[in-house]
Amino acid sequence: MRRDLDKAMSQIFHHSSNAIARITIFGAVFFIGFLGWAGYQLDLSHYSTRQDVPREQPVPFSHVHHVGGIGIDCRYCHTTVEQSSFANIPPVKTCMNCHSQIWRTSPTLEPVRAAFRENRSIRWTRVHDLPDFVYFNHSIHVAKGVGCETCHGRVDQMPLMLQYSNLRMEWCLTCHRNPEQFVRPREFITTMGYQPAGDQEEIGRRLVAEYGIQSPRVLTSCSTCHR
Amino acid sequence: MSDSPKKLDLAAVRARLEQARGREYWRSLEDLAATPEFNDLLEREFPQQAIGWSEDEDKVEGRRNFLKLMGASLALGGLAACTRQPSEFIMPYVRQPEELIPGRPLFFSSATTLNGIATGVLVESHEGRPTKVEGNPQHPAALGACDSFSQASVLQLYDPDRSQTATFEGEVRPWADFFEALRKNLADQVAKKGAGVRILTETATSPTIADQIKKIQTTYPSAKWHQWEPAGPHNARAGATQAFGQPANTYYDVSKANVIVALDSDFLASGTGYLRYARQFASRRRVRGGETAMNRLYAVEPMPTATGSKADHRLPLRAGDVEEFAWALATALGAANGPKSGENADIYQWIGPIARDLQANQGASLVIAGEYQPAIVHALAHVMNAKLQNAGKTVFYTDPVEINPADQLASLQDLVKDLDAGAVDLLLILGGNPVFNSPVEIGMADRIRKAKLRVHLSLFDDETSAVCQWHLPEAHYLETWGDARTFDGTITIQQPLIEPLYGGRSVLQVLNMMADNPLANPYDLVKGYWATQHKGTDFEAWWRRAVHDGVIADSALPAKTLTVRGDAITAPAGTRRLNGTLEVIFRPDPTIYDGRFANNGWLQELPKPITKLTWDNAAIMSPATATRLGVPLVNTLDYDNSGVPMVQLTYQGRTLRAPVLVQPGHANGAVTLHLGYGRTRAGRTGTGVGFNPYGLRTARGLWHDVGLEAKHIDGSYLFATTQNNHLLDTRRHVYRHADIGEYKKNPEVTNEGAEAPPPELTIYPGYNYDGYAWGMAIDLTACTGCSACVVACQAENNIAVVGKDQVRRSRDLHWLRVDTYYTGDPNNPGLYNQPVPCMQCENAPCELVCPVQATTHSAEGLNDMVYNRCVGTRYCSNNCPYKVRRFNFYLFSDFETPSLKLLRNPDVSVRSRGVMEKCTYCVQRINEAKIDSERQGRPVKDGEILTACQQTCPTEAIIFGNINDANSRVAKMKAEKLNYGMLAEINTRPRTTYLASLRNPNPEIEG
Repeated sequence: MRRDLDKAMSQIFHHSSNAIARITIFGAVFFIGFLGWAGYQLDLSHYSTRQDVPREQPVPFSHVHHVGGIGIDCRYCHTTVEQSSFANIPPVKTCMNCHSQIWRTSPTLEPVRAAFRENRSIRWTRVHDLPDFVYFNHSIHVAKGVGCETCHGRVDQMPLMLQYSNLRMEWCLTCHRNPEQFVRPREFITTMGYQPAGDQEEIGRRLVAEYGIQSPRVLTSCSTCHR
Repeated sequence: MSDSPKKLDLAAVRARLEQARGREYWRSLEDLAATPEFNDLLEREFPQQAIGWSEDEDKVEGRRNFLKLMGASLALGGLAACTRQPSEFIMPYVRQPEELIPGRPLFFSSATTLNGIATGVLVESHEGRPTKVEGNPQHPAALGACDSFSQASVLQLYDPDRSQTATFEGEVRPWADFFEALRKNLADQVAKKGAGVRILTETATSPTIADQIKKIQTTYPSAKWHQWEPAGPHNARAGATQAFGQPANTYYDVSKANVIVALDSDFLASGTGYLRYARQFASRRRVRGGETAMNRLYAVEPMPTATGSKADHRLPLRAGDVEEFAWALATALGAANGPKSGENADIYQWIGPIARDLQANQGASLVIAGEYQPAIVHALAHVMNAKLQNAGKTVFYTDPVEINPADQLASLQDLVKDLDAGAVDLLLILGGNPVFNSPVEIGMADRIRKAKLRVHLSLFDDETSAVCQWHLPEAHYLETWGDARTFDGTITIQQPLIEPLYGGRSVLQVLNMMADNPLANPYDLVKGYWATQHKGTDFEAWWRRAVHDGVIADSALPAKTLTVRGDAITAPAGTRRLNGTLEVIFRPDPTIYDGRFANNGWLQELPKPITKLTWDNAAIMSPATATRLGVPLVNTLDYDNSGVPMVQLTYQGRTLRAPVLVQPGHANGAVTLHLGYGRTRAGRTGTGVGFNPYGLRTARGLWHDVGLEAKHIDGSYLFATTQNNHLLDTRRHVYRHADIGEYKKNPEVTNEGAEAPPPELTIYPGYNYDGYAWGMAIDLTACTGCSACVVACQAENNIAVVGKDQVRRSRDLHWLRVDTYYTGDPNNPGLYNQPVPCMQCENAPCELVCPVQATTHSAEGLNDMVYNRCVGTRYCSNNCPYKVRRFNFYLFSDFETPSLKLLRNPDVSVRSRGVMEKCTYCVQRINEAKIDSERQGRPVKDGEILTACQQTCPTEAIIFGNINDANSRVAKMKAEKLNYGMLAEINTRPRTTYLASLRNPNPEIEG
């Protein structure tokens, strides 16, 4: 009885469909792999990290002009960079120190004057925005010989502020693992276009010892940055 | 569930206790009886959700559904991580304040008050928002420590339920309307000399308010000012008057006392000046190196308190029997003529040895009467201290710190009389909640309605606001200027940290509306008053100093020499017989006080010292009393499952239904009720929580009285106590204690039987700690279990409140818990407290099992917790032998409420759902200190880093530091013979270690 039934039902799939099954199964492996790779690339992309993407700001403040042109020191505006985790965005008063004298009628600067008049804050778009679970501290980096340029790039050549680095944890760790490759003497902290006077590795090793930069084991402990 | 009998009975517990040897500590009666349920609980981490697979595969809790949900969670969890950070904005100052460095907090001195008495605080401010309260080291009542109420006051500031506008009969009105109404009303009163004006406030000690009231009474000489504080030290005032013939303020120097007798006084963990007393008390109990001198504390009390837990001898007595005890002790000291024996032999058993101990320490002993004991007990304490020549050495007297130390109950009854007579045209209730907390027989709500115009100023729109036409939002103490006196009269300046969030005004401001310059700002009021008081030309400098320090230097009231009147104490009134009834005892709640903190989630969820109850109050009674009432001694485990039994309490014709909490060590024949619960208009957090003992509290029995009937009734109630959460096996090395005598004979006594596995007994490679190695030592002799550290930790580390239901499921998030252990007879057990933070093990079991490396070992020995890596497998907490890891089962942190965002500590991540968290040793503080020291090119100094718990601890029981530095305090403590690691036998090598607890019992007293 049973055999009769089997005979009556012919095979649904042809022999060749085995190949399709195989391709599907192995293809799935590659496809998932591809998806993973694509996701990773997306994560690395400037779209995701916002590296090199200019942001719209209420006032088109130009570092090229102020830093590169006039040569104002970074710390004139970013006053707390040596004392605090936050480098400080200058209060409107700082802008007005000069701009109550020069470019007094410039329409571009109207938002600044309005803010000062109306005692209202200027809403700047944050360019370097670390995730909230990362506790970066400017003051210690500056004290240990990490130049502004090392992370922020040639600010003196940026008409609109850009995020120079990708700010991924991997990027932080390149320096936390090998600080000697990046540190510079403290007197050149705010220098743009710094060139080491000799072999960076050698100067770096000397500075690491001199500035008491902690061992990579301490610098790569999770709680150094996360808490 | 096991089928074993669930009902516990006392005889069985005793029988097992007698058999049990080598089994010293217990957590609860079930633990003592070693019931199978308890042992089961011990093994489990989260007993509530530990469900097995269902037999039916397709059921929700079946295996298939589990896998489905797991897979979906994993996939969605992965997808959810793929977000692009949204743009954020920076809003810089327009003109940056000079002293402010964005990213660095500023600290300002201020003052919190309770019952009018000030405690100095330092408040941390991040860009203008107060986030954390610490003790003011320069303040005599704080000495750098802080209590749990002050710690939680920042949450109260940002409480979204705070009243936000003035209302008239429920309609929103501007303040100007109120001012207009007040002015009109007062105009009518001028002719009557203010005969229709009544002002009701809480206890006031503020000199500026005193001045205001004096001014008001000049304009309106017939206006009356009343004060009511439900949990104030009414009896202490009366007691001093009885003893000395004049009101006096009493304070102590505990550091000079070798022998202390506490007569129902919780002076180590509550009441005026407790932070200072606790610090002084602990300073006399530091057994270090060769130093073995210790003070001795005798405590007599009905309900076990933190003070009782520190006592070398604790005698559970009904509150009404404490008087007889005081008489007997005074008689034995030759200071009174009372009975030498009585029916209740318990009272007299230790009188002789205690009296001899006190007499041997004349001038260096101390008898402290509890605030809630009747006036006669206070008078007796004064008499005994005089007899022992303690006055001027350990006890000091000054003029009262209150502006008007009148009897508040009489004052309130006076007001009620006037209300009944229809004599009150304008009733200003400034602060307080008299409708909720007045003696019940007064019927305050109806009485207040008899006033023609009723005004209530308070932080919340509460029970009293409901019966007043005008409700006015009060300014929080962090929002306005003020001043107040502390325990010794020192004047403390209350400095605001932030503009009033909701336009609230202070008592001072509203009082001032009746004066000649009605809309003066509070700064000018306070400063203006002190300008008239300060003699000398340097006022500005003097004022700036006072505001900066938080205290006015040398402003303590001068100590007075008072002599006890000859007829201060006559004869004992005779014992109040129970006659088959029970004694009812009312006490302010240890965490929400008289109800004023009912809407404060931190305080509601703070396990109360000893009982470990959260979110509730209870009819607390001894096991024997429960048995006598026929109340089943339910398994405390049932607190979490089927509930505890209920009783109906009847006192003076009023009844109240309440759940029973069986408390070992409670006096027999008495029921303790903690006030403050059962609020009907507290806010979202506090309304409808617990039951209201004010419903039984009459003027006759403000604190205790006989005549309570209790009947076991049907029904049950679910408690959320943490006593059986996070259990450790007490048969192992968890808690250690010894008597000082044993320690003197053998300093290693507390380490007897301890195993110390060799460091190489691990297959994992060791770490080198060549820089800092952070460690903590906790002195169990010093810890009183007051639990201020728990709230301090919560405030510092943005720890969320989870609510009663989640606490019941052992999901409370406190990073630091204080465990209570008992030893011996359940009728009068030894009580022990143990704070348990993360042990930061060197061989940490948690680190090895994390599949995503979310918990790793830092170079300085911390077990780092990386929230952003955590995927919530909870393997780490499964593997933690100390049960100190906490998991966010739901989204417990409030990310929505705007005012609560201001509360957060910006240096600590706010954790979301599905993330494990635990004590970090306040790594944000470590990093800050390290960065500061490295910028200055020096190592971190010992004592530079204070963890939040350490900073707030009144007894300095918690010491943190670098154990690689042999000269650090923590390293020295760890070198003590008393030092032990909890469960060190399992070779976790904890960085947090304990100094075993020492007691100093009187050799004359057995046991």
